[in-house]
Amino acid sequence: MRRRRLVGLAALFASLVLAVLASIAIGTKVIPFGEVWSALFSPTGTENDIVVNSLRIPRTVLGVLVGAALGLAGALVQGFTRNPLGDPGLLGVNAGAAFFVVVGIYIFGVTSLLGYVWFAFAGALVASVVVFSLGARGRGGATPVTLALSGAAVAFLLGALTSSIILIDSATLDAYRFWNVGSLAGRDAAVAGQVVWFIVVGALLALFSAPALNALSLGEDVAASLGHSVRRTRTVGILAITLLAGAATAACGPIVFLGLIVPHVVRAFTGPDYRWLLPASALSGAVLLLGADVIGRVVARPGELQVGIVVALIGAPFFIALIRRKKLAQV
Amino acid sequence: MTTTEDRPTTAAAPLVPGRVPWRFRVFSGVRRPRTLLVLLACAAVLLFASAVNLGRGDFPIGLGDVLATLFGAGDPSQQFIVLELRLPRSLTGALVGGALAVSGAILQSIARNPLASPDIIGISWGASAAAVFVIVLGGGVSAVGGSFAAVGLPIAALAGGLVSATAIYALAWRRGVQGYRLVLVGIGINAVLVAAVNWLLTVAQIYQAAQAQVWLNGSLNARSWDDVIPVSIALVVLVPLAMILAFVLGGLQYGDDTARGLGIRVNGARTALLLVSVGLASVATAAAGPIAFVALVSPQLAQRLCRTPSPPLGVSLVLGAALVVVSDVIARTAFGGTELPVGIVTAVLGAPYLMFLLARHRREARS
Repeated sequence: MRRRRLVGLAALFASLVLAVLASIAIGTKVIPFGEVWSALFSPTGTENDIVVNSLRIPRTVLGVLVGAALGLAGALVQGFTRNPLGDPGLLGVNAGAAFFVVVGIYIFGVTSLLGYVWFAFAGALVASVVVFSLGARGRGGATPVTLALSGAAVAFLLGALTSSIILIDSATLDAYRFWNVGSLAGRDAAVAGQVVWFIVVGALLALFSAPALNALSLGEDVAASLGHSVRRTRTVGILAITLLAGAATAACGPIVFLGLIVPHVVRAFTGPDYRWLLPASALSGAVLLLGADVIGRVVARPGELQVGIVVALIGAPFFIALIRRKKLAQV
Repeated sequence: MTTTEDRPTTAAAPLVPGRVPWRFRVFSGVRRPRTLLVLLACAAVLLFASAVNLGRGDFPIGLGDVLATLFGAGDPSQQFIVLELRLPRSLTGALVGGALAVSGAILQSIARNPLASPDIIGISWGASAAAVFVIVLGGGVSAVGGSFAAVGLPIAALAGGLVSATAIYALAWRRGVQGYRLVLVGIGINAVLVAAVNWLLTVAQIYQAAQAQVWLNGSLNARSWDDVIPVSIALVVLVPLAMILAFVLGGLQYGDDTARGLGIRVNGARTALLLVSVGLASVATAAAGPIAFVALVSPQLAQRLCRTPSPPLGVSLVLGAALVVVSDVIARTAFGGTELPVGIVTAVLGAPYLMFLLARHRREARS
């Protein structure tokens, strides 16, 4: 098992390196590899150098950050809700971010992606806090079913409020529909700079909660008898999920499915141990998002297909195959 | 030697106090006065809301005149407004609400998952994707875009719903269909459909995107008798079928093995029930768009109000119908001149109520 995990992690790491290289080298404008190399290490200010350094590198960095964040968030949601259908979107993060972005556009007249980030982040934060506090009422705390139901309720409510705004004002709809598909395009380095610290803190919290998650997967009573405070563990986990998913959604718009599929794929070689599952989820989330982004740039030349759509298109068949192939590993 | 006559046949002392059993041929159950009470209350709300809905609008008509018009009296203008404009709209709302609620009740029972509703497992989104496809690309492709869209939209939506449901069912089939796998596959298909709709919205002209957005929220605006007929046919055919099969639902909730032990042909029963559920949801969505939350929340509400172990179909039906008609009254009048799609109101009404129930009945929700 240990050998399989190490090989798996190494393979993921190698794929990440390949994905990063592909993301820098491949794009709407074809740049020979030699020129990419010189742009990276001895830029002289040619057009190609500018494309590589000011467009593709920020985009790639953001892709790695967001992919890793979504992968981690998905694994955490599935662990904490003990629900294999867990996805950050399930907890209302996407709906909250979307609603606040629409409010930002409609009421505060925000027009730039950089401006959306803070609204999206605030929305993700508010929605997940509401969902968790709603689902956690009562003595037993949050359970899978109450969390999922309160997530659905909050998502529906926020979705309806979002809809009523964009139905009233078509200018808001016009701006919102391009944010809503989920894309890495047009984000400059400042966007990555805004979200990076949230993702770093979230990732650290996530990795530290791995042993507690292992205990929690045996049941709340077992976790408590092993000396873990279920309440404290959950609070840390919710904070981590909110930071990771909120920052990712803020930067790229709602990308569905990545957080759902990544832990299922990774579990195939890590098994249920969260000390391995979490880092592997982060790596493969980054690989998947970068890969999808590169595919989106290649298939729709000279335009591009947004990464959120590509993730859904390649993720779904994979996910369905996985469901069919074997009994799902218990979370 | 024991003969059948020796067995206690009639309803002797009930095993559980207050639960009086009944039996009719192969059908059996427990008498639930509470369920009957809830059913009557929901029906009363439905009738009252419908009457109010028929009276309100640009030309207000009193409750008495509405009733008189329905029974053949009233002047021609009132007859036109009530019978041709407002009655089809209210009827469509009630029928669609009922169909969605029954569809949700069946799905939740066979998947044994309160989240299994046509909106979650991709049937509604299949219909939506097809409809948005027609709205966005239909107008540009053909010269008669407007009329093509008007005629083609419900048919496209119906086809979309059925195709996505078939795909989900086929992909979830593996020596039978498990409820859990069905929900998972549905979520997978759903993700693709949502992405497709979002993409179509980005390539659309802004007015097409706005039109699609209205449809995506579920609207009863300008519904005519042409919309009423297909939904009522579906309800008349499928709901009695569902009621008969509901007998099977009682066994399925205990798990496949128990159900088999009770003599139920699990896969056959489940396939038939799924077909009924998909048919109802697709026809309803084709008629009025994916009205949010009705299919998810009505069965849950009905179950909690009646305190039954699984969603009761009859109460779900009437409750869903009442929910949509009440929401339509609010959607039409709450914002003065602006008429909102009914789906926005169902979501805004339904979501907090589900939260309230969660907070209050957390013990039940936990099971």
